[in-house]
Amino acid sequence: MIFIEPVSLNRMKTHALLIFPDECCGFLYGTEQNNGERTISEIREVNNSKPGDKKRRFEITARDYMQAEQWALDHNLLMLGIYHSHPNHPAIPSEHDRVAAQPYFSYLIISVMQGRIEHIRSWRLNDKSQFEEESFSPVHLNQSI
Amino acid sequence: MAIVIIPTPLRKFTNQTARLQVEAGTVGEIIERLTLDFPELKKHLLDPQGSLRSFVNIFAGDDDIRDLQKEKTPVNTSTVISIVPAIAGGNH
Repeated sequence: MIFIEPVSLNRMKTHALLIFPDECCGFLYGTEQNNGERTISEIREVNNSKPGDKKRRFEITARDYMQAEQWALDHNLLMLGIYHSHPNHPAIPSEHDRVAAQPYFSYLIISVMQGRIEHIRSWRLNDKSQFEEESFSPVHLNQSI
Repeated sequence: MAIVIIPTPLRKFTNQTARLQVEAGTVGEIIERLTLDFPELKKHLLDPQGSLRSFVNIFAGDDDIRDLQKEKTPVNTSTVISIVPAIAGGNH
């Protein structure tokens, strides 16, 4: 289960709409309970550095990634995953997503159809390197979970 | 000897350790040492042929080892080695 603070969720939606019809991407930060439940309290937008067709691909530079890891350490948060958008495609990870995916990370995908947010779903690799969907819910940080 | 920074997604394979000191003279020896000490790291760092996976970048300080001497890049006690997963994807 992954909980997302509404301000962070809205920032991701805004980012996806702003960048449409290209793919947007960014980092998810927060905390993790012993039972594996995650709460996303911060996000950071990052440049899609993919050369060429950004409408169906995204890429994050190694230097942006290293800075993002350092940001997590500086703010005493865990880097919990990556978000990206699928312009005019469903919020389902592609084979390209799966091959490049990292263990542990949550992959939140925002489907934007014709300039409107259609669906948001979150996925994680299992031990067999296959994606499994994880349920998510918006939650206020001062709300008990 | 060098300091090695383990990225968040791979820390589950290093007992949640983010920084390790590894006795080695080159980047290749560091990778070998890591995969011996933490066998589950191997499939995430190396392909079936034993080469560095294309989705893994190794930095010595601020420099990608592909721009240096690759796995033969020498390290010393002040070298900080960062393992950096390539983050990419797309809709089809």
